[in-house]
Amino acid sequence: MKLTHALSALPFLGILGGIFFVNRVTPLVFGMPLVLAWIVLWVVLSSAIMALVYRLDPTNRREGRR
Amino acid sequence: MNAALLIIGATALGALLLGLRARAGREMNLEQWTVGARGFGAVLVFLLMAGEIYTTFTFLGGSGYAYGKGAPAYYILGYGCLAYILSYWLLPPIWRYAKQHRLISQSDFFVRKYDSPTLGIVVSLVGLVAMIPYLVLQLKGLGIIVQASSYGSISATPAIWIGVTVVAVYVMVSGVHGSAWTAVAKDTAILLIAIFLGVYLPYHYYGGFGAMFTAIEQAKPGFLALPAQGESVWWFASTVLLTALGFYMWPHTFGSLYTAKSEDAFRRNAIVLPLYQLVLLFVFFVGFAAILQVPGLTGPEIDLSLFRLSVKTFDPWFVGVIGAAGVLTALVPGSMILMAAATLLAHNLYRTAKPGADDAEISRVAKLLVPVVALVAVWFTLQGGETIVALLLMGYSFVTQLFPALVLSLARRNPATREGAIAGILAGVATVAAVTLTHTTIGKLFPTLPSAIRDLNIGIVALAANIVVLFVVSALTRQGEAHSPAALPGE
Repeated sequence: MKLTHALSALPFLGILGGIFFVNRVTPLVFGMPLVLAWIVLWVVLSSAIMALVYRLDPTNRREGRR
Repeated sequence: MNAALLIIGATALGALLLGLRARAGREMNLEQWTVGARGFGAVLVFLLMAGEIYTTFTFLGGSGYAYGKGAPAYYILGYGCLAYILSYWLLPPIWRYAKQHRLISQSDFFVRKYDSPTLGIVVSLVGLVAMIPYLVLQLKGLGIIVQASSYGSISATPAIWIGVTVVAVYVMVSGVHGSAWTAVAKDTAILLIAIFLGVYLPYHYYGGFGAMFTAIEQAKPGFLALPAQGESVWWFASTVLLTALGFYMWPHTFGSLYTAKSEDAFRRNAIVLPLYQLVLLFVFFVGFAAILQVPGLTGPEIDLSLFRLSVKTFDPWFVGVIGAAGVLTALVPGSMILMAAATLLAHNLYRTAKPGADDAEISRVAKLLVPVVALVAVWFTLQGGETIVALLLMGYSFVTQLFPALVLSLARRNPATREGAIAGILAGVATVAAVTLTHTTIGKLFPTLPSAIRDLNIGIVALAANIVVLFVVSALTRQGEAHSPAALPGE
């Protein structure tokens, strides 16, 4: 399994698996219920992870910039 | 005639003009009409793809679900995010293949990959059955929005007729170009409105997000986390997974990916789209803010929470602005569905029935079918009934059944045969139809199972049946075949 694939799998683990451990209202995080904050965290992380995947993926280097 | 109505009317007219102008002197052959001659840049592709998540279902349904059900609404945020990650890997190979073979519809992809017109017809029918209720839902939402934000001076029925006429006209004239340019207007409007409402309402009524959630937790303890049974964590995980897999299987979404000029657009978009859909978070905040301010909405009425609270809070002209944004969320997806449905009917069904038809004829038939599909959808909409939500869920479960055959066809050596693919899809669809029409859940079928399994989304069962049948039939039909069509060189 390539590193980029493993990275892409992380949000699946975080959202589908993590939900079982964080299904609570308190403590509020940034004013949001814990479970909602957890999902929001993973949405933001997903974006960062995909930016990293984009940089690591050799396909994007071959094609050059735009 | 009040201020709200004036603004909504002007917006509908603006959408019509924008949609008509989008044609801009182009010769509208079939490829130009349905997939924009594969010439859309990253921004337009981004908006067409993102547009899928900002429909009336999310605008009204997202806030309504947060209002009426609480935490289960969070699933909407989760599945979009995972679908966008899949898109990075899934969409470029599909796009490449489609460009190489000049495909214009989702069914074309299956026909080519499996070398089977029969599979194309099966996929077209599954897509059509799934899309009609989706279109009906948009029209219903449109009716609710206009009725609520015009303070009842226009009832839902004329609003639906006007809306559907606007869409049908600009789709016939401009095709996907019309959808793309109205999507620009829609996303700008919805982004500003949702963020403003999602921040203003919690601060206005509660003094902040933390204070709002604390107040809700006090009034309804546990409402903001998933319940122990029913829509539990098991329901959440299985539903997020299923809907993420089904996300790109809608014929209109699948078709819109063909519009891209380069495959790099998908990989770039996969970085930004997760953040972009955080707008939904603010839609949830609106629904949560409404819980203690406009209490008492139940059943299908929960979808009205956003407008009830807006009417209570703002002047009519601003309710009009919100209503106008809401109208756009119905028109844009509506236009894409209309076009995809007309294309499937003309290109994949009519052409199969009449092989001699040339492209000009198919193009003419597709455009003539637009008002026909629109009328069918209006008819279903005016029939009313609450079965539409059931039909929509069925639609999502239907299109998800296309996922296994699609993904396997991308493999270098496709393990699925055409018979396997057809049998798998039919098995999955039959399972979905059977359980939906009989209102069965896993819990009802097997009441003795632990609640974790009983809460699983029933779509999981259908998908499992699909995969098992696909592999069994593929194994049985593999013998005697020299090589599968997907194993041809150069693919």
